[in-house]
Amino acid sequence: MGASNTTHEAEPTRRDFIHILATTTAVVGAAGVAVPLIHQMNPDASVLALSTKEVDLSALEVGQAIKVMWQGKPVFIRRRTGEEIKESEETPLSALKDPKARNANLAANADAEDDHRVLKPEYIVVVGVCTHLGCVPLGTSQGEVRGDFGGWFCPCHGSHYDNSGRIRKGPAPENLAVPKYQFVTDTMIRIG
Amino acid sequence: MSHPSTYRPGTAFERWIDRRLPIIRFADDFMNFPTPKNLNYWWTFGAILVICLVIQIITGVVLAMHYTPHEDYAFASVEHIMRDVNYGDIIRYTHANGAAMFFLAVYIHMFRGLYYGSYKEPREMNWILGVIIFLLMMATAFMGYVLPWGQMSFWAATVITNFFTAFPIIGEPIKTLLLGGPAVDNATLNRFYSLHYLLPFAIAGVVVLHIWAFHTSGNNNPTGVEVKDVKKDTVPFHPYYTVKDGFAIAVFMLLFAAFVFFNPNGMGHPDNYIPANPQVTPAHIVPEWYFLPFYAILRAITFNIGPITSKLGGVIAMFGSIAVLFLLPWLDTSRVRSMRYRPVARLWFVLFVIACVWLGYLGGKPAEGIYVVQAQIATAYYFAFFLIILPLLGLFEKPTAQPKSIADSVLKRDKAPVAAVAQAAE
Repeated sequence: MGASNTTHEAEPTRRDFIHILATTTAVVGAAGVAVPLIHQMNPDASVLALSTKEVDLSALEVGQAIKVMWQGKPVFIRRRTGEEIKESEETPLSALKDPKARNANLAANADAEDDHRVLKPEYIVVVGVCTHLGCVPLGTSQGEVRGDFGGWFCPCHGSHYDNSGRIRKGPAPENLAVPKYQFVTDTMIRIG
Repeated sequence: MSHPSTYRPGTAFERWIDRRLPIIRFADDFMNFPTPKNLNYWWTFGAILVICLVIQIITGVVLAMHYTPHEDYAFASVEHIMRDVNYGDIIRYTHANGAAMFFLAVYIHMFRGLYYGSYKEPREMNWILGVIIFLLMMATAFMGYVLPWGQMSFWAATVITNFFTAFPIIGEPIKTLLLGGPAVDNATLNRFYSLHYLLPFAIAGVVVLHIWAFHTSGNNNPTGVEVKDVKKDTVPFHPYYTVKDGFAIAVFMLLFAAFVFFNPNGMGHPDNYIPANPQVTPAHIVPEWYFLPFYAILRAITFNIGPITSKLGGVIAMFGSIAVLFLLPWLDTSRVRSMRYRPVARLWFVLFVIACVWLGYLGGKPAEGIYVVQAQIATAYYFAFFLIILPLLGLFEKPTAQPKSIADSVLKRDKAPVAAVAQAAE
């Protein structure tokens, strides 16, 4: 037995094969068990079912803004004044910290001109979650600080957003995200 | 230095047990462990930390009997504990302040290890296990802080899980996996509760390894000189150190009780008595004091470094400030353990402690103007201490003479007065 082992040292034996097979089966089995145990932590069906929301904008006056909840996150909707639209449209791309539109309705590489941030220039719709560390910026409710650029201001670490929800100053790396939405009627949108 | 067993089973019952499950032998040898005779009070924090862990587990298990981990009831159930449950307020205050006292003790314990070179060969594993315990403590404390479901709870959960989004591509899916939804909500609260209950037992497990490790290598001691003669250099752990640790624990409990009974909310944030509101962020999100130095490091990186955004840079710096501790045993090139005999290293060490405390102060201030600059300087020093100063000092510093042995260092200190008395008697 010993002699035959030394002569066939390089040859895998039947016992080696059983070792490899058993170990591989155990590893694959462990991986199979891990999948449901990890995936159960991802959003469940009831969370995913709340993925769209309709919002009636008919009561929204010019210059006014509202906050609605969508997927557990606030969404800011502001009906901008003519002046605010003009200011946002005239902002050169070179003045922007993040040149990407971050608009779920457009291609990922669209640039951040005001036109690419809205469906109708009058309404700016953005997810009200600061792209820095997820705080809710101020500026939607009456009387709140709107920051140096007249849009939104995040009090956590001092990010300033303009009227198009674009980051202009502070630590946030990206513009406020524009969620996927569409106008169902002239004054009704469906988010998601 | 795992010592030979000195246990002699005295009774027939003990002999019966000893042949089947030598648990009395284990406890006896554990209590008689030869311990350097010169340990000072900085060495009592290990025992203090064991007590802290026990207090947290006992009060926690009790609180879990009355707490409801649901977004609609969590806040109310904590108020129920505070107002209705018998002694509930004291138990909860003990648990909340206990976390802070736990961190106070662990920071002193870590600075002690740093000063006396307790991480050096052959105690690297011991140190690494300690850093793992520290990480587990931070995860546990963070998730526990979320459970009362106040404003600070909610927004701390939001901000901290958002750290992960700094990492490109994998960041967003990781965050969703942690939260169980697009934002912090009921699913998040439930899993944090489950893990907050689990992790303390994981900590207890690693603590066992931590103790096993130094029962293998032997305790370090203030001289950093290894035990040479067990008879001359050591005393049995019991009763010498059970008594010393016991006294230190009593003193520590005085401070603990002072907070629990006279200023139970002194270290907390009043905003956490406002129920969580996903639509309104508090004006200043501030972590508990024991996380402030790391929070300051996170916010100190306000500039992009090449392709690394300031956000990712801050997160990397914050995680890096702990990761660097794992490498410490190999970064410090000096072969002298105790800074008692390293006059130059001692000065840098004092500066390091100041930098850490200063970072803690800055973490509680708004991230603007002069505060940011100071945080950047302190952060730079924090990393320079580990990555530049300690590696280089070992090569250039001239240490002072170390005592020949632990017994020698103890005797030398006492010899002078004894000799004087002897002379006077003549």
